[in-house]
Amino acid sequence: MGYLSSDKHFFSGFKLTLRQVFAPTVTTSYPDEKRPKQPRVHGRHVLNRYEDGTEKCIGCELCAAVCPADCIYVRGADNPPDAPVSPGERYGFVYEINYLRCIHCDLCVEACPTEAITESKLFEFSFTSRADAIYTKKELVVDDEGRPQHLPWEDWREGDDIHTSAWMRATSPSGVAAYEGEVQWSAELGYGTRAPEGGQSNKRDDEETGTLSIRAVSRNKIPTRFGGEVR
Amino acid sequence: MGDPLFSHGVDLGAIVIVLVKVLVAFGFLLVATMLMIWFERKVISDMQVRIGPNRAGPYGVLQTLADGTKLFFKEDLIPEGADRFVFKLAPYLALIPAFLIFTIVPFGGVVNIAHHVVELQVADPPMGILFLLALSSVAVYGTMLAGWSSGSKYPLLGAVRASAQMISYEAALGLSIVIVVLRTNSLSTRAIVASQASAVWHWNVVRTGIIPFVIFLIASTAELNRPPFDLSEGESELGGGFHTEYSSIRFALFFMAEFMNTITMSAIVVTLFFGGPDGPGFHFLRWLWPILWFFGKTLVFCYIQVWIRASLPRLRYDQLMDLGWKTLIPLSLGWMLIVAGALESHTWAYCVLGGAVLGGLLLHRSVVVARKRRMMGTALLPDVDDRRRRDVATKGLLAGPESTGS
Repeated sequence: MGYLSSDKHFFSGFKLTLRQVFAPTVTTSYPDEKRPKQPRVHGRHVLNRYEDGTEKCIGCELCAAVCPADCIYVRGADNPPDAPVSPGERYGFVYEINYLRCIHCDLCVEACPTEAITESKLFEFSFTSRADAIYTKKELVVDDEGRPQHLPWEDWREGDDIHTSAWMRATSPSGVAAYEGEVQWSAELGYGTRAPEGGQSNKRDDEETGTLSIRAVSRNKIPTRFGGEVR
Repeated sequence: MGDPLFSHGVDLGAIVIVLVKVLVAFGFLLVATMLMIWFERKVISDMQVRIGPNRAGPYGVLQTLADGTKLFFKEDLIPEGADRFVFKLAPYLALIPAFLIFTIVPFGGVVNIAHHVVELQVADPPMGILFLLALSSVAVYGTMLAGWSSGSKYPLLGAVRASAQMISYEAALGLSIVIVVLRTNSLSTRAIVASQASAVWHWNVVRTGIIPFVIFLIASTAELNRPPFDLSEGESELGGGFHTEYSSIRFALFFMAEFMNTITMSAIVVTLFFGGPDGPGFHFLRWLWPILWFFGKTLVFCYIQVWIRASLPRLRYDQLMDLGWKTLIPLSLGWMLIVAGALESHTWAYCVLGGAVLGGLLLHRSVVVARKRRMMGTALLPDVDDRRRRDVATKGLLAGPESTGS
């Protein structure tokens, strides 16, 4: 009967549960409404294009070489001289990603020398046949406005398909760990270049994120919708 | 006394009225159970800061219906080692008492229908509240036989736990009912309710002191195997307890019984301690107000049951037995004697009070001593000196770390 005598007494549990009744609910009715995604979420890939419409992929197969899950298959081919698909000599003739194998590690994105392959924030896609799981170039290339294609089995919501073609460097370049004030995102077709993120020293102060990192800003956006904050 | 419905003999009208009462109570209980499961899930999710069922019907009211339909169409499995007949019988042994207990609950006043005086309760037998004790004992069989007939380890353990627990707590439950019966001088539930009528301070919760009510609430929670006393189905240690091997509609029957019992026990608490359908009424629709009062009070106790479930962690088995045997039974016994003495005369009251306090102190002392002795172990008893302890140890008669050490 020790729980009767201590200061955490028998009825404190009852008080707590009763107080919870009046607290705002934290549940999100998931398929109906979604929480905003983090800016660096690794989702399904897109193959980007330049402003003039040519593809960025040069068919170098570095992404396929680096892929730990062995899910990328690339075949390069010479550009047709009269109608080149990409600037330069070669282009990605075949580009396939098997999403039954992909672990979304983003190593392909790191490896890509032309920032051709990036990851969108879409992870809510499921298919009913194995053939659907293998995305070919036809499905991966962005449309004329730089937006990813919406396939029937993918759950895109309003605003999900912007900021998807940017490329994020996960490792610090040249061994400089701080890496502050640098633009970590490549230019996006139709959206231009994003502002650089704030680093850990809080030196930067811009309109979008203040001195915080994008991550911290968007993290605080989530709970404020529900009247609380993340601890 | 007897039912005034049959005061002029049994005629067709009386039979029809009885049949209607039975059907209404049956249908009400089924619907109420459905709503109770929904209510419990909703309230508990409120207390856990989440939404709860909200997909089937408005506010998820039809969730239970959906679950029940799903269970109906699932495969009905009977384990190979099971005793097939008892295995099939057990769910009904759990469910039928749950239905029957409600028959003695007065859920309204007395109305006149077609020249018949009708008490708004299914039956008002003279032995009244004893019927509750009898049926809650039968309900133990449902749990026990379910566990035993499954032919499997965990259900058996759950069943043993459940029957030990239900038998232990039935003593406290019975004693707290005895206090109520002493106070009202009748076993009939109708008479118990009638004696509490017209004022809050006539309610038994006040008239018997609040202790019997608290004991009854705890003991009935334990009797129903509801949390925090749900050791018979402790998922973490027994993988589901007595109903591990049950699937499909038989599984649903167990849960129907459990939730129906929650409603019924809330109704019994209201009947015994809170005046049943008693409460202020108005001239307009005079017969309706008692019914509303009764269901309102029952709903409050259903809420309290859910609240208890949301707040308290499951007891350990020894804690459960300690609470039952060392706290609730002596307390209810002592209180019963005090109430009985107080009903007799002041002198008796003080004598019994003194005796109860003395007995309580003795019991407390013996419990403390026993606990201390158990913790110290036999080897540290003061009358055993070192040499003798060593002798005993070398002969291997004494178990414990001393016997293996030197």
